[in-house]
Amino acid sequence: MDFNHSEERRMLQETLHRYLSDNYGSEQRSAAVSHGQGYSEKVWSDFAELGVIGALFAEADGGFGGGGFDIAVVFEELGRIACVEPLMASGVMAGHLLSVLGSDAQKVMVGEVIAGDLKVVPALEEPQSRYDLDAVETKAEQIDYGYRLNGTKSVVIGGPSADKLILSARGDEGLLLFVVDADAAGVERYSYPNLDGYHASDIALVNVEVPTSARLGASQAVLPALEAARAAGVVAVCAEAVGAMDAAKDLTVEYLRVRTQFGRALGKFQALQHRMSTVLIEIEQARSALINVAGHLSAEPSLRDKHVSAAKNLIGRVAQLVCEETIQLHGGIGMTEEYALGHYAKRLMMIDHQLGDVDYHLERFVGVMQAEAAQEIS
Amino acid sequence: MDLNYSADELAFRDEVRAFLKENLSPTLSEKVRLGKRLSKTDHEEWHATLNTRGWLAINWPVEHGGTGWNAVYRHIFEEELCLADAPRTVPFGLSMLAPVLMKFGSKAQQDHFLPRILDGTDWWCQGYSEPRAGSDLASLKTRAVRDGDHYVVNGQKTWTTLGQHADWIFCLVRTDAEVKAQEGISFLLIDMKTPGVTVRPITLIDGGQEVNEVFFEDVRVPVANLVGEENKGWTYAKYLLTHERTNIAGVGFSTAGLAHLKEICTKQMSGGKPLLENPYFAGRIAQIEIDLMAMATTNLRMIAKAAAGQAPGAESSMLKIKGTEIRQAINDLTRRAVGRYAMPFVSEGLDSGANAQGVGPDYASSVSPGYFNNRKLSIFGGSNEIQRNIISKAILGL
Repeated sequence: MDFNHSEERRMLQETLHRYLSDNYGSEQRSAAVSHGQGYSEKVWSDFAELGVIGALFAEADGGFGGGGFDIAVVFEELGRIACVEPLMASGVMAGHLLSVLGSDAQKVMVGEVIAGDLKVVPALEEPQSRYDLDAVETKAEQIDYGYRLNGTKSVVIGGPSADKLILSARGDEGLLLFVVDADAAGVERYSYPNLDGYHASDIALVNVEVPTSARLGASQAVLPALEAARAAGVVAVCAEAVGAMDAAKDLTVEYLRVRTQFGRALGKFQALQHRMSTVLIEIEQARSALINVAGHLSAEPSLRDKHVSAAKNLIGRVAQLVCEETIQLHGGIGMTEEYALGHYAKRLMMIDHQLGDVDYHLERFVGVMQAEAAQEIS
Repeated sequence: MDLNYSADELAFRDEVRAFLKENLSPTLSEKVRLGKRLSKTDHEEWHATLNTRGWLAINWPVEHGGTGWNAVYRHIFEEELCLADAPRTVPFGLSMLAPVLMKFGSKAQQDHFLPRILDGTDWWCQGYSEPRAGSDLASLKTRAVRDGDHYVVNGQKTWTTLGQHADWIFCLVRTDAEVKAQEGISFLLIDMKTPGVTVRPITLIDGGQEVNEVFFEDVRVPVANLVGEENKGWTYAKYLLTHERTNIAGVGFSTAGLAHLKEICTKQMSGGKPLLENPYFAGRIAQIEIDLMAMATTNLRMIAKAAAGQAPGAESSMLKIKGTEIRQAINDLTRRAVGRYAMPFVSEGLDSGANAQGVGPDYASSVSPGYFNNRKLSIFGGSNEIQRNIISKAILGL
């Protein structure tokens, strides 16, 4: 048993930590937040050069990582600084789908993603789908040389800066995926910022015609691959949450030390000490849930998904606690946009709306638990 | 024991409903329902509507132009306004300053300021908190030094709600730094147009600018604008706080919020069915409704006591805590209910009368900003921690 990261991962973490400390201060962050596409070209190419994107891919795909803990160390650092670059969409989820389902021709894109030259973003969820990857109403109608796509994709994070989209659609054969140019005829992007500073798009697909070669993977392989990609995405956002929790906790502890009311530091009031202790305990629970899910990313699907739902549920609950308690313990100053706490608090809450919220994953966990119990009885 | 309203009270409720149906414009109530940021004009027009009917100053006695209603009538009125998605009235002049002026102000101050609150001539804001004096309000540092017929004021106030619209600010200022903190404070009325007053809006994490910093640099205030006696301001401030705490439970807000949440849950889909049919989510809503049903009765118990002439005491601290917890829980569920559409944030789209396009269903745009904005409920008006201190000291005797 060893809960330490490998030497390589520690080096990656230190490199990224140093880079972000030096290059992603509040000014650079707000530049990315107010950038129309929600990212910084410079930071993105630096990520590629530092190997941050490559760390998210296995050696077989041209990277040098790709494991659960590789994803975790990268995103924990991004969360710690409230980074808004859309690395999860392109580097983790789309990367995973291309690696697993891509033809040789399509896999060429993985190299371009790692080099930072191409952003591929999955556009999977729809207005009515809530968090269900299979509830797809976008239609793929077969035409002479390929398919015609019609439908709507909602709140596609990273959408504004995407070069290519991975779209899910329902065809005669079942659930299908397509890789489509983000500015192809009939792809209408309406882009906007999210509350946490990330940028997203709602995408209308109006008679988008694509050749058969745009298909990604065989129909029966699509849903399992989507679940696996989401598992990797959950590791990323859970790690990001843990990083943000640590940062919010550190800011709050520091504030409790320096802020005086009634003639003493706030941190000397026992009622507040106890609440901060609870926050600390719960953050350690979150860290363990992250280790569990990162450690089971390559496990067989039912075990993997049990950890995915456990982590996303627990971390969603702890994220809310950390958000609400750190704001409350700060008082009014914690609610101001110019103070960094709000950036962490908002990101922590918005993570709950990505890849399934606390309730969605509780329900899924109950499903796994009941299936296990049924198996034991039979 | 009788849990029902009397026939008179029910008739009054119907009268209020009929008035709202007639006088609350659908445009305005829709802004409230969708959580838009109301403009100064929105507020002023609504005040004027209520004032025309004689229903603006619900906690004032008749001789000053108020309704003279007892606590039960006030409760019915406020609840009906919430249920109809009417804007809340701006409380600073009406329910904070006015009671202080009536009790401690000079005849001249009453005659001058009270009618101007009613007819909308003066918009008031509150100058209490300072950067280093939040929960510990008595440690405030803004100085007022006597110079002939004037006080010269220097210092800074913060969290001044809607101060950007204000004509006047009522301020707690330090007039004696040598005595115990509470004994050197005075209550001063300051014209915001006086040279040396600067207002700087604070952007909050919901993107809105509803609070401000107010700076005072050698601001000359006529001595006639002192309320009551010099150095007695703390007594007046405490009196004001007891009035700030009427309707503190916010039962009407919660009732309206819960109805709004359920309506959203009939439109949001989960697994091909309305979210309201999802047992997990329905259970969460039910839990809050159960809490609210009990709190509504706790609130009525306090109101009945007040209507019988007993002054609200530390019990209002209980209502503040429970009431804000329930409101925040409803904000939380509303955020969850809209799923992924809790993320988009088109700030301009939240402004009153905005043309900017929102994203997703119209009811979704303000739910996350609303969730974050209402974190203030447990912070302002005496944080919930301060309320717990009051309960343990005043009720439990600890």
